[in-house]
Amino acid sequence: MIVGALLPWPFEREYMQLALVAGLVVGTCAPLIGTFLVHKRLSLMGDGVGHVAFAGVAAGLLLDVWPVWTALVAAVVGAVAVEWLRSRGRASGDLALALLFYSGIAAGVVLTGLAGSLDAGTLTYLFGSILTVEAADAWTVVVLGAGLVVTVAVGWRALLAVVLDEDAARVAGLPVDRLNLVLAALTAVTVVVGMRVVGVLLVAALMVLPVGTAQRLARSFRGTLAVAAVVGGVSAVVGLAVARVWSLAPGGTIVLVSAGFFLLAALGGRGRRPALLAG
Amino acid sequence: MTPPGPVLAADGVRVAYAGDVVLDGVTFAVDPGEFVALVGPNGAGKSTLLRALLGLLRPDGGSVRLLGTAPDRLADRWRVGFVPQRSTVSPDLPATVREVVATGLLARRGWWRRPTEADRRAVDHALESVDLGELGHRRVAELSGGQQQRVLIAKALVCVPELLILDEPVAGVDAGSQRRFRDALVHLVREHGAAVFLVSHELGAVADDLARVLVLRGGRVAFDGRPSELAATGVSLGVHAHDLPVWLEGT
Repeated sequence: MIVGALLPWPFEREYMQLALVAGLVVGTCAPLIGTFLVHKRLSLMGDGVGHVAFAGVAAGLLLDVWPVWTALVAAVVGAVAVEWLRSRGRASGDLALALLFYSGIAAGVVLTGLAGSLDAGTLTYLFGSILTVEAADAWTVVVLGAGLVVTVAVGWRALLAVVLDEDAARVAGLPVDRLNLVLAALTAVTVVVGMRVVGVLLVAALMVLPVGTAQRLARSFRGTLAVAAVVGGVSAVVGLAVARVWSLAPGGTIVLVSAGFFLLAALGGRGRRPALLAG
Repeated sequence: MTPPGPVLAADGVRVAYAGDVVLDGVTFAVDPGEFVALVGPNGAGKSTLLRALLGLLRPDGGSVRLLGTAPDRLADRWRVGFVPQRSTVSPDLPATVREVVATGLLARRGWWRRPTEADRRAVDHALESVDLGELGHRRVAELSGGQQQRVLIAKALVCVPELLILDEPVAGVDAGSQRRFRDALVHLVREHGAAVFLVSHELGAVADDLARVLVLRGGRVAFDGRPSELAATGVSLGVHAHDLPVWLEGT
């Protein structure tokens, strides 16, 4: 469709090209948002929002509405709720995420039961279905991804100031609450877009693992953003190719490739060894 | 513009948490170009007072004026520099020294705008003022605790604030870094006419440069005067609050 027959095997088929576009965009964009979440000690935010997005999918199935829309609404509401609980001191960051996790998945189970739709179609939202991406999906992903990249390109310095110290940023006059809400909304959009690629259960991995790799390779925060985006994009391409060659589940394979890059960087890169590898 | 009156003023500030009074009628003022320190034992209410002064906490009674205005109405917040209490930066933070210091310019420039050549020069100048000019491209997390603290001070200085507020800035910092820290503050006061309000247990590095010392005890200002007057009571400014006399520490 988009790149015609120019691409070689294993991307010579149209469905693989559409998957490549969606995978590249999600693989590139998820770590851009993840870089800020990781350094705000909210690495599991994507996971929590993903669970709420699943409740949104179930609501869509129950109401006979396109589940992506209901997932987007649920994810935005969930992400903003976590930010509200955290920033108002109503709950610590991890407790707010736990609330989101369990409430989201429980609501998803209940709603799916009510809709009587716990079938293979539901599982594609949980684990992704990148090989069924259609042209309209791909364009939607490209447009949302472009908006996300522009937002991060404009706002990364201000978001870094918030990551460094929220109180100091507030005293300096930065719009900390609005910036946090923007980050929460972008997280929700990334989760829903990534739902088609790796599924709600794995999209958070693409937000975190490339960041872990990048911060062992890059020398600056801006460099970390760039390297994380490249590692995420390459993980998507390599993961798709490997999945095609060995007939593996593409979503899981993309995440495993990303985890492989992290291990390589942790063992051979600069900086501290991660706690899980420290002897 | 610096207002004709005090740059920082607390008038009968009262704060209570769940019925426990933490600050009880705190009143003082800091004039332009004045170098003032606030000391007090643990639990005296220093951190709460600081949050109220910065507009991060709304007092239950009394009022705060920051550059002549209520903190939540101050438009040009960048005119107030703030160095938070922090001895180390997250070891995983990949930001460079220059990136961190440059964030101090965002509110003044507009956070969505790209940095200009003048901004880069301002960062250079702020780094040189704390003797970190050579380390601009190093990761902050790779520096010593004292160097990291100087990075945060450079971030607060980069806008050349009219009032600089520091929370325990030399806690756990080596003697060399304390000396450079003192030089940077004295430069800001003498060359730029800025006021400095310092909350600390460790005043050794700046004791000779202070215009006034405030002692906070039990949520009230127990002493407000020149350092020499405080020294006459038998307290040393170069040591920890444990050396405060009994009448300050409480029994």
